[in-house]
Amino acid sequence: MSEQKIVLGNEAIARGAYEAGVKVSAAYPGTPSTEISENIVKYPEIYCEWSPNEKVATEVAIGAAISGVRAMASMKHVGVNVASDPLYTISYGGVNGGLVLVAADDPGLYSSQNEQDSRMVARAAMVPVLEPSDSQEAKDFTKLAFELSEKYDTPMMVRTTTRIAHSQGIVTLEPRVEVEDKPYSRNPAKFVMMPGNAKGRHVYVEQRLKKMAEDACSFSVNRVEMRDTKIGVITSGIPYQYVREALPDASVLKLGLVHPLPRKLIEEFASKVDTLYVIEELEPVIEEQVKSWGIKAIGKEILTVQGEYSANMLRKAILHQELDIEEPAAVPARPPILCPGCPHRSVFSVMNKLGIHAAGDIGCYTLGAVAPLNVIDTTVCMGASISTLHGMEKAKGRDYIRNWVAMIGDSTFMHTGINSLMNMVYNQSNGTVIIMDNSTTGMTGHQDHAATGKTLMGQEVPAISIYHMCKAMGIEHVVEVDAFDIQTLEKVVKEEVNRDGVSVIITKSPCVLLKTTKTTHKLLVHSDKCKKCGLCLKPGCPALTKAEDGTVKVDTTMCNGCGLCAKRCPFGALEQVEI
Amino acid sequence: MAVQTTQETKNIMIVGVGGQGTLLTSRILGGITLDAGYDVKLSEVHGMAQRGGSVVTYVRYGKEVAEPIVEEGQADVLIAFERLEALRYAHFLKKNGVLIVNDQRIDPITVVTGAAQYPADILDTLRQKYRVISADASAEALKLGNSRVFNTIIIGMAAAHMDFDKEAWLKVIEKTVPPKTVAINLAAFEVGYNLK
Repeated sequence: MSEQKIVLGNEAIARGAYEAGVKVSAAYPGTPSTEISENIVKYPEIYCEWSPNEKVATEVAIGAAISGVRAMASMKHVGVNVASDPLYTISYGGVNGGLVLVAADDPGLYSSQNEQDSRMVARAAMVPVLEPSDSQEAKDFTKLAFELSEKYDTPMMVRTTTRIAHSQGIVTLEPRVEVEDKPYSRNPAKFVMMPGNAKGRHVYVEQRLKKMAEDACSFSVNRVEMRDTKIGVITSGIPYQYVREALPDASVLKLGLVHPLPRKLIEEFASKVDTLYVIEELEPVIEEQVKSWGIKAIGKEILTVQGEYSANMLRKAILHQELDIEEPAAVPARPPILCPGCPHRSVFSVMNKLGIHAAGDIGCYTLGAVAPLNVIDTTVCMGASISTLHGMEKAKGRDYIRNWVAMIGDSTFMHTGINSLMNMVYNQSNGTVIIMDNSTTGMTGHQDHAATGKTLMGQEVPAISIYHMCKAMGIEHVVEVDAFDIQTLEKVVKEEVNRDGVSVIITKSPCVLLKTTKTTHKLLVHSDKCKKCGLCLKPGCPALTKAEDGTVKVDTTMCNGCGLCAKRCPFGALEQVEI
Repeated sequence: MAVQTTQETKNIMIVGVGGQGTLLTSRILGGITLDAGYDVKLSEVHGMAQRGGSVVTYVRYGKEVAEPIVEEGQADVLIAFERLEALRYAHFLKKNGVLIVNDQRIDPITVVTGAAQYPADILDTLRQKYRVISADASAEALKLGNSRVFNTIIIGMAAAHMDFDKEAWLKVIEKTVPPKTVAINLAAFEVGYNLK
């Protein structure tokens, strides 16, 4: 019996993996890919895990595939960079059981540090790419990816974007088909990628792509929709939907397989239409190849490489329609902020007071870069805080970085921060690393990691101690401090930044949004004692505002009694009391 | 020219502040449209913007829906969980669209730090241009004894201006909310539905 359900794009990918008989899935959380694993865990037939980073996750999936089962790794676009080392080479080796890497790009940068296009990575790695246009296709293409992977002996990429990953649509659910494990036999020429073997595999990889490009002309996922021939559009992914809205009469070549491209099919389609457009978000990956074959087409001359597209954008750029759209009202921006009761705010308030600069990292705490906290000066990628601080020290010397620290979260430290810390110790650096341990991967919505004591599948396991890892590296000064104990924290920070050598401060307090974090206190406001100095407001807690008379007032629905403001008030106007 | 969308498609937008819990509203809207046999697509924001930022959910339903987002000038109903967010997205409404506003103020950080002013008289400004239905849903929810059902009150306010039977709404609420909270959610829906 098939059942219809409204399904998130990421949930559809998980469902596709389930129906395809996948047995192993590994991932590191990252918007917009996280919900894939959070849905896969609902299927007991699949072993799934949070790995410490995307490289590890991909290698886990590779091992499973080599052993003969269908396996998947999923990640956001920048995670693909971390995973690119194994990806480029397993492309040579190919598979045994089907192997799929899901890459979720983020045009428009809803929750990312760049806007890169994973199709470029896939092309460089010579990995074929399927790109769905809605939830139903997200499920279908995931299943197809495993079939193609085994048929062509290649890892496959399923590429989505935020608008596919985080949109819901109706999906027809089908049962899981168990796939028999492929037998394993030792084959070093295929799976031991040393020069002699890899030379041969490189020849194979080129042949494989060529063969697939030819076959792709008759793949049903590469679909020609002939309508009026004045305008023809080559498109894929979410832009297909904008094309259908804005240009309902246009002929469309909808590509499901976006690498390698079906050249003959494209040439044939191009010959049948008067004006050909290539409509793709981000980089002109399809467009440049089409043009390189001498086909006349219009693309990035009139469309941007930045952000998301929309139907209105196409109406303006292609049809030159003057749309009767009102100007948006001029209103104050509402950027994201740290939550009320967030332990990061407490730590940043101390750094701000001490005038310390931070080399920052990736997480909710990147918000420590903006007003009113203004502590973080640099953010590059996962784990970079520690290594960039080290680079500064090596460039400018110990005294230069006395008012600098590296700030990194627990999950990010476990991801790639740990390597950088080893490097500081090994290369005799000076500097203080602050690991803000909130016992979870916060920004992506609370995923466990190796230092939390729980797995994706819910198993209680021994938590790896960040403190003891730092000590094991030979770092003498590793101090654990309660993130809300601002007096002690201030004292410790002053001591550590003035010390020679590497030191680590671990600030501890669980994320306030974790279900296990209980509200134990509440805030009382004694307006008569308020001197309207605004010291309490400085850390920028959204639960505190000024009343009309200038005294502070608290929004009790938002406040959870963390007490940071009370600790900052010199006049006793704010009081943290037990509930 | 007026913006043409996929034929017979209805476009709903839900806007608010990250953390306000607009998710239940989109689940109920998705449920009622699916039950009625429509094609439906929803699109929402996850990740960093959920941390107190401005958040948007799009719901589109009809015979066949292509794009999952609602664009400027296309919304039949705009449901705003907060006043400033109503003003921010009002230009997404069609000329004859309905604006449902929860009369609540949440200061953005730009206002808290004094970098910007929270606009005065937002509802009056909006009423000059749009059909506005507003109420303090949180206060109404408190009267029912549970401040958390304010979003079901907002759903009721919107439902009165959409083309589904009241019975269908009650049915989908009953199967969407946790079993223990069915009675109070149905009562909350009634309150919203009857607000004029």
